[in-house]
Amino acid sequence: MDKATLLYYAVQASYFAAAVLFILGIKRMSSPVTARSGIQWAGIGMLVATIATFLHGKVLTHNEHMMTNLLLMVLGIGISSAFAWISGKKVAMTDMPQMVALYNGMGGGSAAAIGASALIGAATHPEHHALTAAQTTLAVIGALIGSISFTGSLIAFAKLQGWMDKTFRFSGQQAVNGLFFLSAVGLGAALVFQLDTTIVIAFFAVSLLFGVLMTLPIGGADMPVVISLYNAFTGLAVAFEGYVQGNVALIIAGTVVGAAGTLLTRLMAKAMNRSISNVLFSNFGSSGGPATEIAGSMKPIEAGDAASLLYMAEKVIIVPGYGMAVAQAQHKIWELSQQLIKRDKTVKFAIHPVAGRMPGHMNVLLAEAGVPYDLIADMDDINPEFGTCDVAIVIGANDVVNPVAKTDKSSPIYGMPILDVINARQVIVIKRGKGAGFAGIENALFYADNCRMLYADGQEAANRLIAELKGIDSGGGH
Amino acid sequence: MISGEIALYLFMLAAFTGHEIISRVPVILHTPLMSGSNFVHGIVLVGAMIALGEATTVTQQVIGFIGVFLGAGNAAGGYVVTERMLEMFKSSKKEGAK
Repeated sequence: MDKATLLYYAVQASYFAAAVLFILGIKRMSSPVTARSGIQWAGIGMLVATIATFLHGKVLTHNEHMMTNLLLMVLGIGISSAFAWISGKKVAMTDMPQMVALYNGMGGGSAAAIGASALIGAATHPEHHALTAAQTTLAVIGALIGSISFTGSLIAFAKLQGWMDKTFRFSGQQAVNGLFFLSAVGLGAALVFQLDTTIVIAFFAVSLLFGVLMTLPIGGADMPVVISLYNAFTGLAVAFEGYVQGNVALIIAGTVVGAAGTLLTRLMAKAMNRSISNVLFSNFGSSGGPATEIAGSMKPIEAGDAASLLYMAEKVIIVPGYGMAVAQAQHKIWELSQQLIKRDKTVKFAIHPVAGRMPGHMNVLLAEAGVPYDLIADMDDINPEFGTCDVAIVIGANDVVNPVAKTDKSSPIYGMPILDVINARQVIVIKRGKGAGFAGIENALFYADNCRMLYADGQEAANRLIAELKGIDSGGGH
Repeated sequence: MISGEIALYLFMLAAFTGHEIISRVPVILHTPLMSGSNFVHGIVLVGAMIALGEATTVTQQVIGFIGVFLGAGNAAGGYVVTERMLEMFKSSKKEGAK
């Protein structure tokens, strides 16, 4: 066996090992006990595959371009991974969703670039880089999906980062988007029959633009589903471009992620009682007739009175939402809970499946603050308990506790499962101001007779409640 | 080059695998898992490296470089973010359960 053949087998073996490690890694990540080792297994797989690729026959070409290409490769990997590593380490836990969106978009863009490279190569130098019809078709489909994931994820990132208005809508938007999509598909189809550089450029321009247009009208409340969907998109794009290159590692890893991501997206959409097409193609909040007027008024409460309510309570349920993430209040809320637990009160955390901007977003934040697992309950388990609960504290959650979802058929969130906070004897809502939630809908809970509003930033409110609780202790002692 | 029907089997089996391995995931792990699968498709870096390795024109080199740059960000960023998320689970488990 000569050296080239030996290298070939070594590289292929490392890809095989990477594929196995990826699958085992994801498998381990799906159980809390083994989750941490899962990412490390997958990480080793990635490292092995990346290093082995430097020995790949198409990289060690020994032609006159090899040194330039290798230099570009090392530079690209070095700069980009250093940037991503540092930004990933530095970013606050609460900003994780947009970082996942950003990195996912980069992956989509990379897959699109592979497609572009293959298509341009075949168009300009058919003698070196010929593609079969099947390869061209999948290169085009992968490039389309990857491009959408690339620009779409960047828009999602910008929205979550607060760089961009929440929504951007105009009349006839769906028709315009549909036109762009059809143009992209049409140009892509043309490429299968006629590989031409101009068409390649037009195809990518339209595809990238379509990703932007498609994501612009989607509101913040739907972002978890959208990020997860684009994650699945990138997976599929990687798998298709893997076929173009004849690279099994890309096909397997990409398809596994595509399938797992699609399932995850469906689970999430189901938790919001919305279909995926509903998320993508209906303008959230603008559908439905005028909402029914809500009678009554919001009744404010001072921290002192709220603390007294907590002091008298036996059972307290805390409902966190995106507002807690924004205020970085998870540590303070846990401190408040510990104060309550110390006073022999039962404290539980109720998590709505789509609270926050990613599924399980709240679980991650509470875990960061050190809240033990057994205090955290899912929606289905905790909902019957609100009836026996003395005080429910809603911190930064809005749409997921809005009873309108059960009562008002004209409401855009009608049918979405909610936390039955309204059944608690007393509800305290910690909120910065009177504004509506992400969906832009008035919350009937805030007007309910058993609800009081504590207007403050999450951290500040928790601080004041802790201080007041301690005050009651010392005051009651004299 | 992989023949069409073999590729079809690959797609089918890998899709079933992806579906199976996460079909019973507790809600608490949804975010880390999404992040983890986001890391796994960072393997696109390998494809981008090969695309750049094959490049013979400046255009191809530019496209290949963009691909490598973006793919490396996906892989490195995806790893760090996922590890940070899962690290917190570990510490909270020690204090919490048992």
